[in-house]
Amino acid sequence: MATKTAYYLPHKASHPIFGSIGLFTLLAGFSNYLNGSPAGATMMWVGAAILIYMLFGWFGTVIRESVAGEYNDQVDASFRMGMIWFIASEVFFFAAFFGALHYARMYSVPWLGGEGSALGVETHQYLWNTFESVWPTNGPAHIGGKEGGHFEAMSAWGIPAINTLILLSSGGTVTWAHWGLLAGNRGQLIKGLIVTVALGLLFVALQAFEYHEAYTEMGLTLGTGIYGSTFFMLTGFHGLHVTIGAIILAVVLLRSLKGHFSPEHHFAFEAAAWYWHFVDVVWLGLFIFVYWL
Amino acid sequence: MSAAAATHDEHHDHGPARGLMRWVFTTNHKDIGTLYLITALIMFMVGGAMALVIRAELFQPGLQLVDPMFFNSMATLHALIMIFGGVMPAFTGLANWMIPIMIGAPDMALPRLNNWSFWLLPFGFVLLASTLFMEGGGPAAGWTMYPPLVLQTGAALPFTIFSIHILGISSILASINIIVTVFNMRAPGMSLMKLPLFVWTWIITAFLMIAIMPVLAGTVTMLLTDKFFGTSFFNAAGGGDPVLYQHLFWFFGHPEVYVLILPSFGVISQVIPTFARKPLFGYSSMVYATASIGFLSFIVWAHHQYTVGMPIEGELFFTYATMLIAVPTGVKVFNWVSTMWKGAMTFETPMLFAIAFVVLFTMGGFTGLMMSISPADLQYHDTYFIVAHFHYVLVPGAVFALFAATYYWLPKWTGRMYDERLGQLHFWLTAISVNVTFFPQHFLGLAGMPRRIADYAVQFAEFNAWSTVGAFVFGFAQLIFVYVIIKAIRGEGEKANDEVWEGAREHGLEWTLPSPPPYHTWETAPEIH
Amino acid sequence: MKIFKLLLAVLGWVLSSRARADYTLNLTEGVTKLSHDVHDLHMLILWICVGIGILVYSLLIYSIIHHRKSKGVVPAQFHENTKLEILWTVIPFLILLSMAIPATKVMIEIYNSDTMPGPTDLTVKVTGYQWKWRYEYLGEGIDFFSNLDAKSNEARQLGANIDPAKVDNYLLNVDNPLVIPVNKKIRFLFTGADVIHSWWVPDFGWKKDTIPGFITDGWVKVEKPGIYRGQCTELCGRDHAFMPIVVIAKPEAEYQQWLAEQKSKGEAATAQAKAEAVKTFTKDELIAKGQEVYNANCASCHQPNGEGIPGAFPAITNSPVVNGPIEEHARLVLKGKGQLMPPFEAVLKPAEIAAVVTYQRNALGNSKGDLIQPAELPAQN
Ligand code: HEA
Ligand code: HEA
Ligand code: HEC
Ligand code: CUA
Ligand SMILES: [Cu+2]
Repeated sequence: MATKTAYYLPHKASHPIFGSIGLFTLLAGFSNYLNGSPAGATMMWVGAAILIYMLFGWFGTVIRESVAGEYNDQVDASFRMGMIWFIASEVFFFAAFFGALHYARMYSVPWLGGEGSALGVETHQYLWNTFESVWPTNGPAHIGGKEGGHFEAMSAWGIPAINTLILLSSGGTVTWAHWGLLAGNRGQLIKGLIVTVALGLLFVALQAFEYHEAYTEMGLTLGTGIYGSTFFMLTGFHGLHVTIGAIILAVVLLRSLKGHFSPEHHFAFEAAAWYWHFVDVVWLGLFIFVYWL
Repeated sequence: MSAAAATHDEHHDHGPARGLMRWVFTTNHKDIGTLYLITALIMFMVGGAMALVIRAELFQPGLQLVDPMFFNSMATLHALIMIFGGVMPAFTGLANWMIPIMIGAPDMALPRLNNWSFWLLPFGFVLLASTLFMEGGGPAAGWTMYPPLVLQTGAALPFTIFSIHILGISSILASINIIVTVFNMRAPGMSLMKLPLFVWTWIITAFLMIAIMPVLAGTVTMLLTDKFFGTSFFNAAGGGDPVLYQHLFWFFGHPEVYVLILPSFGVISQVIPTFARKPLFGYSSMVYATASIGFLSFIVWAHHQYTVGMPIEGELFFTYATMLIAVPTGVKVFNWVSTMWKGAMTFETPMLFAIAFVVLFTMGGFTGLMMSISPADLQYHDTYFIVAHFHYVLVPGAVFALFAATYYWLPKWTGRMYDERLGQLHFWLTAISVNVTFFPQHFLGLAGMPRRIADYAVQFAEFNAWSTVGAFVFGFAQLIFVYVIIKAIRGEGEKANDEVWEGAREHGLEWTLPSPPPYHTWETAPEIH
Repeated sequence: MKIFKLLLAVLGWVLSSRARADYTLNLTEGVTKLSHDVHDLHMLILWICVGIGILVYSLLIYSIIHHRKSKGVVPAQFHENTKLEILWTVIPFLILLSMAIPATKVMIEIYNSDTMPGPTDLTVKVTGYQWKWRYEYLGEGIDFFSNLDAKSNEARQLGANIDPAKVDNYLLNVDNPLVIPVNKKIRFLFTGADVIHSWWVPDFGWKKDTIPGFITDGWVKVEKPGIYRGQCTELCGRDHAFMPIVVIAKPEAEYQQWLAEQKSKGEAATAQAKAEAVKTFTKDELIAKGQEVYNANCASCHQPNGEGIPGAFPAITNSPVVNGPIEEHARLVLKGKGQLMPPFEAVLKPAEIAAVVTYQRNALGNSKGDLIQPAELPAQN
């Protein structure tokens, strides 16, 4: 495994086109499904299957090349920078939803409730004169919720607090695994990863339980006005990211078992760990702004 | 799927594969650059044809040709296709072709990803174009897609939204690649402050895109859930606000217009020094100005929303912040003029387009500045004055920069000199007709003609007729451009030498390579002094 | 050079064939103090830009003329001058300041209605509908819709073959204009019924969006009597181009007279509506009345011939609803449906609803044969 001097340049990329076909089929199918066409759902699953197959192929290829020692330090650096900027773009994706939450709480709900400005007062007076500005709310028309538009807000101190502990400690365990890897201690690496993945899954399971409660008991759904919208879109996309992160970590775990990583070369591990920390930080934002305040 | 990529490990020199699959599977930055550029040209034609439908309907008062719904859908698709299909891919194509060469890198940093960034585009456009054949027609709520109107879209809505997702992913991946390439692949000695300005403007552009495309994706996702999953982001009855959409959209939308113009600034900053035979004036202030524009672009978005009833503090803040952008942009204009000052200029086609850019972009900038002043914009907003503004910055702005870039680098890409006579003809026809098309629109707007209308009151007839005639001449002139390109690609015309333009060697690494450059360049990094 | 000749020919034709309509080149000065101030601000920033433009372009042109290779010049090699660069950062900044200060003043004037003497004399609530305006004079009991006038409406149809130049104020005329007194401070409260519209009369110096679910505002004090025209300026769907605004500013006395007329008309109309709500009409009466109502309220979407626009607006011809149970049909018109079909219970009188329903069932290619009387409409609440 001599380090190459030349930058590794693949000469053919067959995966991307399948990626495009997969994504296209997935989204065209989803669109048709939303438009009420019966074939849409099938098309969607076919697309998803192609996409997943493609991802396996693509990552498989990269792993093979990496194990074969094709990549020098410069390639490694490219991967690192690529991952960092990818995570940065994800941060901005979440920023859009946090922005929506902020706007609803600071502006639109107070205005509808007659606060904030003269126009707020008039909006309230002429259009929504029974509405009071409170948070959480499902809006002046009490959209969604149970009978009469009632719903319960999610409290921060039950499952969410536990989930915060879970995710924070999973951030710790993945770092502990990294120390193991750096020290050449494979046992610690693997144990650390197993615990991390398990914590991730536990988190997702608890959140699924929380969602179930919300839908069946609390009258809180995606359709429960602005509170339901922001709550489920933020926590939902976060949950999706936790799931993806856990899958990535699971793959890294498998690769650790196969002995792919050395204390010097383990970009995949680091990328997974960064991603995990990112998911962690987003959760803190959620915990504070969605559940707590 | 093939494992060929994995076994193809040895980095040996060989030319491109043959046949169609070369283009589908390619990881070569020049091939991908070419794909981007050709796609952009086709999209420019498609978007332009839609503009001609708009102009044809507006030739006279009264409805002659199309239903207003179809008119709206033409305006919407015209804008989306020109922006996401024409200008952005064209600049990404230039980046692919030129950045590795300009910084002395063997290729883009992540070649497979590069392939994907391109190959997402055609699929995105098929998704978008397919809406024209759907029940209810294509999207017709304007490229800004404001709710609640956009939620009245028929079957086209999810397709439009997902096509934006796909195009967004493509832009993000391309931006990541460009950033990584510049930061990780520079030849030894190519310090950041030695980078050609085109590369610098692209770095800033790429940062902008990484920040804004995900926001757009999130925002249109909210539209989707509002329509299909019962959320209330933009619905007052549920506690949301239609204006929230506008804030989110313009947080994307304003930096987006700089995504379209910053690389143009880069191109112009390459072209003018070459033909003035003088180094670029104020290199470092150019870099700082670009960065300032990038920064400011994030805090000015609500200048598109002066009429939504913001509190006065908001109106004034966004007014001041927007006005500030004139300062760094002015620095650029002054630097270009100073670069020409006391140079030894010649006026080949690229230079002609560059000079026209400086003149006409500046005019668009002036109207922009006027609109940034909120009390005045209460009159200008949503009139043809704005249509004139943004076409001045986009057509003789971004599109002229693309023409300049094409004529400038075409001999390098193809190894053939383009036909200078045709180039000049293209320039003069284009430069005159663009003004015939868009200058009268200033008057229309000030006289009170709203934008996005399929029919208008008779006092607007005369200028609209001018504008339509101009647009058709403009469209015709572009056929010359296409012909010039096809000729060069087919290898007709004089052979170009390495340097192409007299003294160009001083102005960039690309002019030290053969024309056309070999399939792989800089396998050993060049030495930078 | 054939191309140039062709171009010239076309341009010549364009110029000669068109009567020199009285067009304007510049922003209107308008008829309020505010609109004058906005106009002055506009002229100030325009001239500053023109000035800077002349400066920059002259330098550029000078350079193009004198610093060209064909003149045998040797290119200079300078590429920096810190003093110069600081100068052209600072000076533009100062110029901007000189625009920002007057701009701020005008903005404060626009926002601060207190700069106007006296309290608001009249408040009008303006609601944007697809595609008409509704004006409610708060506290006066006046409330009406303002549609594109019938002549323009006829001429604007695709393939109508009516020369717009022959229609008075083509696309800028309405059936019921807004009438206001001069020299009084009128406050407008805006909101949207369906989508965002924007209310713009250039002579007043501003426009304001009408956001569904929110109130926005604006005010005028018109200095001289006259008819002022404007248009909706926010894309609001298919007929965005066809919802003009006409404001007639009258001297106080005439305004009062108009007001009194409206009130008595309004009372008469209310009385009539009340009477009609329980009246029994003949089928022919209903159909005749229904046709009027249909053309004024429904045809913009469902089309004058009832064929609708596939994908966007369903056809009335052979519609299952129209040919189904009559109560369901009436309820749909009263309550609206989905995002697009507006509820008409607050817009039309019971007799009008009954009439349009009956009309739809017996015309536009339908021949259901039945009718509904105002009193038989499903209960409203
Ligand atoms: C390439 C695209 C591009 C560029 C570069 C710009 C540049 C600018 N734009 Fe423009 N703009 C658009 C594309 C662009 N715009 C589009 C597409 C829309 C419409 C979107 C829609 O609604 O569909 C729009 C709309 C738009 C609006 C909204 C109007 C409205 O809807 O009411 C405003 C308002 O502030 C604005 C302002 C500006 C300003 C201040 C600049 C500045 O960057 C300009 C700076 C340049 C100069 C000022 C000239 C050079 C400077 C000097 C020579 C120095 C000295 C000068 C002075 C001190 C005055 N633009
Ligand atoms: C990069 C962006 C870009 C570019 C390049 C253009 C280019 C052009 N645009 Fe437009 N335009 C926008 C971005 C752009 N535009 C945006 C953002 C909007 C706002 C949309 C909205 O309101 O939502 C808009 C809206 C817009 C309107 C206003 C619509 C309305 O408000 O109702 C008009 C009207 O004149 C117009 C015209 C044109 C014309 C004539 C060109 C010309 O420059 C195009 C010239 C190109 C060609 C003509 C194609 C090349 C040649 C051929 C295809 C060969 C065939 C030719 C012949 C047969 C003659 N555009
Ligand atoms: C702004 C556009 C608009 C206007 C104005 C309008 N409609 Fe509709 N109408 C619609 C739309 C859209 C639908 C389809 C609603 C749905 O199915 O979700 C519809 C559906 C209907 C239907 C049911 C047709 C069917 O087959 O489903 C009837 C009947 C109808 N409208 C009657 C009227 C009458 C009567 C008026 C005027 C008094 C009117 N409409 C004005 C948009 C409009
Ligand atoms: Cu109402 Cu445009
Ligand atoms: Cu902007």
